Amino acid sequence: MIELWRRTQNPWGQDILIGVSWDLMWLAVVLSALFLVGHAVWYRMRGFAAHKAEVTAVPAGIPERIQRHSLAARIFHWSMSAAMLTLLVTAFVPVMGLEIPAWVTIHWIAGVALILSIVYHIIHSIGWQDFWSMMSFGPNFFREGAAQMKHLLSPSAPEPKGGKYPFDHRMYHHSVILASFAAIITGVIMMMRIDTPFFTRNPYLVTDETAGVIFAIHGVAGVAFILLIASHIYFALRPDKRWLFWSMVRGWVSRDAYVEHFDPAKWPAKEAESSRSGNASGALADAAVSAPKEDA
Amino acid sequence: MANMKDMIAPFDLVQPTTIEDAVDILKDAGDEAWVLAGGLDTFDWLKDRIKRPRVVVDIGAIEEIRGIREAEAGGLEIGAMTTLTEVANHQRIRSEFGVLATAAEHVATPQIRNQGTLGGNVSQDTRCWYYRSGWPCYRAGGNVCYASAPLAMNREHCIMGRSRCVAVNPSDTAPALIALDARMVVQSPRRRLYDAEDYFVGPSVDIERMTVLEPGDLLTQIYVPDFWANSNFYFEKVRDRGSWDFQLVSVAAAFRMSGNTIEDARIAVNGVAPYPVRLDAVERLVRGEASTEQLQNAAGDLAIQGARALRHNDYKIPMMRNLVRRAVRSVAA
Repeated sequence: MIELWRRTQNPWGQDILIGVSWDLMWLAVVLSALFLVGHAVWYRMRGFAAHKAEVTAVPAGIPERIQRHSLAARIFHWSMSAAMLTLLVTAFVPVMGLEIPAWVTIHWIAGVALILSIVYHIIHSIGWQDFWSMMSFGPNFFREGAAQMKHLLSPSAPEPKGGKYPFDHRMYHHSVILASFAAIITGVIMMMRIDTPFFTRNPYLVTDETAGVIFAIHGVAGVAFILLIASHIYFALRPDKRWLFWSMVRGWVSRDAYVEHFDPAKWPAKEAESSRSGNASGALADAAVSAPKEDA
Repeated sequence: MANMKDMIAPFDLVQPTTIEDAVDILKDAGDEAWVLAGGLDTFDWLKDRIKRPRVVVDIGAIEEIRGIREAEAGGLEIGAMTTLTEVANHQRIRSEFGVLATAAEHVATPQIRNQGTLGGNVSQDTRCWYYRSGWPCYRAGGNVCYASAPLAMNREHCIMGRSRCVAVNPSDTAPALIALDARMVVQSPRRRLYDAEDYFVGPSVDIERMTVLEPGDLLTQIYVPDFWANSNFYFEKVRDRGSWDFQLVSVAAAFRMSGNTIEDARIAVNGVAPYPVRLDAVERLVRGEASTEQLQNAAGDLAIQGARALRHNDYKIPMMRNLVRRAVRSVAA
């Protein structure tokens, strides 16, 4: 029987929570592995490749390369990925028994890097990107979700064409937001208990019981990230989704991928930066990246 | 909290007679096993019922890890179960590796040295009283260091090398073994060899251990090579009372001299960090130099670079500086 929480007695003999049980870490690793293998087998058996939406005609005026992620957005994504992976490795690899010298220091530095990258992302997405198209829960979001479920369950149902951010991407994004905020808020409080240049160390900032709850929430968020990151990397590497991975590297999607997966009414195509000459890049270029219209 | 009882919590006592048997038992019991050497660290834990192992493996009946032998490659092989009295009185250790004999002589009291072993001395747990009293600190698997809290009593705690935990390594012989460039032989299903300085683990690597020993591991032997035999040695231990006390700060040093010049040196201090600290920067500083007052001062100042006191242990910084100065001064013309 796996345990959910680690508990101990405090100096006053009270039974207190001190964190999440490491059994959950192993459970998340096993569930991730099962999901990846299960999905790969299911995908093959369902024969998705056989009933891919056929691209018969390409509408006129669609450029060969369609801009999807600006340089600024890609820099955020990869710097956040580096921070996330560092956090995940420094959090769990020592628990698994492999020594990482100074893992606490590396962990909090990566945590600060993550916070900075997220602050940058929030400012960038509000000021220069299509913030609400990713965040909104409008009627189209649920309609697209229902169509997506239908497509997954019924071989005959076509893949719904979405806007720039399809239903599954937005669901993933919402999950990451939830886990990130839980990990960051609790992580900052935990940082106040160790030596960092930012705070005068104070282990008694919160009571033992509260500290235990904070550690437990941080642990649950960390365990959730095992599942989230494992599935994210898996889908990024799958042959049928690799065009998404390359769009995060190069910034654009091909005309074929665009026509196959996106609805021009929800996400009008704009030519990729790399195809144009003399264009601005980074945050400035985001103004030129096509704005999605879904849920508008 | 410590919960002193009359009776030790029950456990299975196993007394293997060979290393192989001991290793097998330790492997089977995993982290529910406890290795019993001289018992001086062990019985505090068991009597206070803070550690409650399911299996206690008494290695006292394993003859092959007792005694001191000449090594084929030169130097000495000291069994982990060799008592500190035997180490302190051994003729060759006294004459050629005096720093180890002196360090062993400084452990506690004659009775304790008769019972305590060299392996146990280097592998013992920290003496931080918050931790040893059973408080759920980081080292005990909890979320806090009580010893570095704003009003904590931390006079004996560390001034460097801290990472959440501020406890210090209590071993007297550890810095001497580092100064002699000793090797620790660890047996699990496979045999591993560690330099003495790498045998000790700081909290930044693993906050719940003081050494590389993991469940299933057994320290069987300590090999002291010939290289530093008959060098100029220095050992000094500062403690609150003349005997039967752990060090506040200790220093062990070995110098190979060429006339008045320090040809080579190894210097280690203990009581300042969660692990014994080898001062390799100081060694590089003094190598090729004569021990002048200027060099002694520079060595002391360099030794304390990066030291940071807690609320009650700032005295340890000048103490460490002065002990290193005195070690270098010991080879002055």
